[in-house]
Amino acid sequence: MFATLRNWIDERFNWADLTAPLRKKTVPAHDLSYWYFLGGITLFLFGIQVCTGILLLLYYRPSANEAFESVQYIMTRVQFGWLVRSIHSWAANLMIFTAFCHMFSVLFLGAYRKPRELTWITGMLLLFLAMGFGFSGYLLPWNTLAFFATKVGTEITGQVPLIGHGLKVFLRGGEDVTGATLTRFFGFHVALLPGLTTLLLLTHIALVQYFGMSVPPAVEARWKASPSEARQMKFFPNFFLRELMAWYIALGVLGALAAILPWELGAKADPFAPAPAGIRPEWYFMFMFQTLKKIPAKVWFADGDVLGILVFGVAGVIWLLLPFFDQAGGRRGRRLVLGAGIFALSYIIAMTIYAYMAK
Amino acid sequence: MVADPKTQPEPARRRMIEILLGGGLLGSFASFIYPVLRYLVPPPVAELGGDQVTAGKIGELKPNSAKIFRFGSRPGLLIRNSDGSYRALSATCTHLGCIVQYRGDLQEIWCACHNGLYDLNGRNVSGPPPRPLEVYEVHLRGDDVVVSLKREA
Amino acid sequence: MHTWLNDGFLRSSILLLTIVCVCAGGVRAQAPSTCLDCHAALDPPLQVTQAQFSQDIHAQQGLTCASCHGGDPTKADMDAMSKAAGFLGKIQRKQIPELCGHCHSDGAFMRKYNPSLRTDQLTQYKTSVHGKRLLQGDTKVAVCIDCHGVHDLRPASDPRSKISPLNVAQTCSRCHSDAKYMQGYGIPTDQYANYNLSVHHEAMTVRGDLSAPTCPTCHGNHGAAPPGIDSVKNVCANCHVFQAQMYDKSTHKVAFQSAGLPGCVVCHSNHGISLPTDAKLGTGPEAVCMRCHKPGDICDQARAKMLQDLTQLDGAVKAADRILAIAESSGMEVSEARTEQDQARDSLTKARVTIHSFKTELVEQDIQAGLQIAAKTQAEGQAALAERDRRRRGLGLSLVIILAVLLGLRLYIRQIESNASKVETAELHR
Repeated sequence: MFATLRNWIDERFNWADLTAPLRKKTVPAHDLSYWYFLGGITLFLFGIQVCTGILLLLYYRPSANEAFESVQYIMTRVQFGWLVRSIHSWAANLMIFTAFCHMFSVLFLGAYRKPRELTWITGMLLLFLAMGFGFSGYLLPWNTLAFFATKVGTEITGQVPLIGHGLKVFLRGGEDVTGATLTRFFGFHVALLPGLTTLLLLTHIALVQYFGMSVPPAVEARWKASPSEARQMKFFPNFFLRELMAWYIALGVLGALAAILPWELGAKADPFAPAPAGIRPEWYFMFMFQTLKKIPAKVWFADGDVLGILVFGVAGVIWLLLPFFDQAGGRRGRRLVLGAGIFALSYIIAMTIYAYMAK
Repeated sequence: MVADPKTQPEPARRRMIEILLGGGLLGSFASFIYPVLRYLVPPPVAELGGDQVTAGKIGELKPNSAKIFRFGSRPGLLIRNSDGSYRALSATCTHLGCIVQYRGDLQEIWCACHNGLYDLNGRNVSGPPPRPLEVYEVHLRGDDVVVSLKREA
Repeated sequence: MHTWLNDGFLRSSILLLTIVCVCAGGVRAQAPSTCLDCHAALDPPLQVTQAQFSQDIHAQQGLTCASCHGGDPTKADMDAMSKAAGFLGKIQRKQIPELCGHCHSDGAFMRKYNPSLRTDQLTQYKTSVHGKRLLQGDTKVAVCIDCHGVHDLRPASDPRSKISPLNVAQTCSRCHSDAKYMQGYGIPTDQYANYNLSVHHEAMTVRGDLSAPTCPTCHGNHGAAPPGIDSVKNVCANCHVFQAQMYDKSTHKVAFQSAGLPGCVVCHSNHGISLPTDAKLGTGPEAVCMRCHKPGDICDQARAKMLQDLTQLDGAVKAADRILAIAESSGMEVSEARTEQDQARDSLTKARVTIHSFKTELVEQDIQAGLQIAAKTQAEGQAALAERDRRRRGLGLSLVIILAVLLGLRLYIRQIESNASKVETAELHR
């Protein structure tokens, strides 16, 4: 039966030629090949987010009066609503985690080097978009923690010099966090960010397909010395089946998390109540949050918070342009980037742990 | 090129792997599709409505009488005035949280716990209650008496 | 640019002038008084400082020392205190009520200051124990200034006032808890100590409920006297309406009245009113029924039945609470059941009020209503736990399927790769 279908398509679209590149595609096979999975897992989790997100859209109401109740409705009345919602919340966190791991593995394995600079840039932009997804999505249940976390988060944005106030008003849809903010964040979360992500994602994947998988410098050197050791694995079916295993493991983990540690609902946000103790953003913002908390109020002449924000802004730009720093640095370039990577990773991990322990 | 029988694993083993993989894939797809299909079917109760609620039906209450209704997670008091119109307020006494009741003889709202009294506008007029009761908006929609939160200015 | 405003000398002169004018304006409200010039520097009890007197509401309304003490405040020396000028000196305690009443009982006069203030304080005072004894010559009793203060008198709405609801019990206790002072009067001195242990005191100080009863609420303030034995119930009934109504219709009312017992106080005490627990209905140290009733008699049986019912409902509510807590901590959503639990707790409260009818059938009604709700919420909690178990079983099943797929994939990969390598080896050996 599949054969007839294939012939039908082949007669019209030359299926064989279309799929030839995929059949020929190979993946370098070496000890570090498993790191190649991370990009695919992030993509897979994004796919899960799109599906569960669309399902949630069928019942969610983006107004301050009804948002909380609609999520409560999904959790209690809709068949398997608890599953869809918990998977959406857990997969969001897992996706950002794998995106960070993917970025760091690309950095440490040198896959950003020429000719893959644009792949790195599109990837970094995708990471920023993912964090934007996380920030906007977090507000949507309109519970106390989300409300105040958004308040603090947008307040910090407001401290960027010159454009800060305008940026804050743009994000909040006004001076304060209100129902208007919720509607706006909803628009960002289901339309603006998905649109931008789709464009960047298609570009990113096309670039990956075009350049093929990069080989880490150490392995490259080894293979240059003894070419007979160089091995390639066929993408289809060998690598793909292994990747499928990774995806199924991810599915199992997600299901277990959703059933055993369901995402909590909390209490409905009350804008007039005082902020509860212990307001904090989600874990992927914690290292920045903790840094800002620890910077003294005044550093020389500059306001501590503004300095912190600027530092992170500059760091973000540097990170975006990392491949060019590598090239510009000549032989030391790679070392510089590795050093920066180790520093960034340690800093993020240390600050995140510090933030949670300090509570 | 003829397939060398020595390169093929035994047919029985191949079969088992095929069944395991095929059955597993099919089963896993079913376990994904089944919850999604159930999810798509709308539940019998259409909404949880935190914004507004149908407190009762027209004609259910006689003039100068009242009933308690559920407004989200809070109790509300729906009063039918002597002239036939409706009013609705929060039914949680602002003193210590008891549920208040309507006194047709006094035409005021009374809390049995410590003898607190509110007028029909919710203002605390006598006894321990320190604050007025929250007043809601009432609209008549067809057969239903619909109570909603006061719209913010 | 050197404008006239920039001139430093001119600027400070204007500032000084403004300050002087403002002060003069402020001082205008108070007539010039030389009394404080000396008396601020004296030792107590003659000392009255400007700081003190400026807090006094009479001073703020324009009264001076001379308004009560007579004399001539414009004279700067001892002439101010001349008899010719009408100086009264220290007012005798016996004369104080009449002195204050001179203004405060004059409706027309008080209307000029605060038309809604009562003007019957003196009349009421004369009906009080304090007032009556004062008339007989006992100057140890409280007169106006003992409670209200004298030179720094504040209105009752001021939380620093001695007669603010927050402070008035302590004001009363200054005499009434002083055993030496109260010697000879034949009344106890433990009221304040007991009151501090009571629910009413806790309501005021811990929960900030200013409507909670304190000494004047039950005893009156100006007409202070203990409520009569028959009237105690009326006093309590001002807030505790239902309990009083049920008590009125019960057998205890007649019984207590004819025995000359003070109603509510018999079981609940008067000053040290503690939170009533179900132990009051028991047989232990807190039990009140068995102080009069005999074990085994019909009343004892009724008591036992009521206690049993209450214990049953209390237990049912607590059990439902426990199961809901477990469901919640496993991640199930039970907010609706929690709201219904409030209604079950309301039934329990209602039943405890109904005890005052001393009729087991009435208590039974409230208990049954509560038991129904508790049974419903218990069932909802069970359902939540069952659902949680269902989800875990579903998860288990899906994990088994996933494991099967993983195993299948692994074996399949191995198969095709060993196959491929066998083909390679076969080819190499061709």
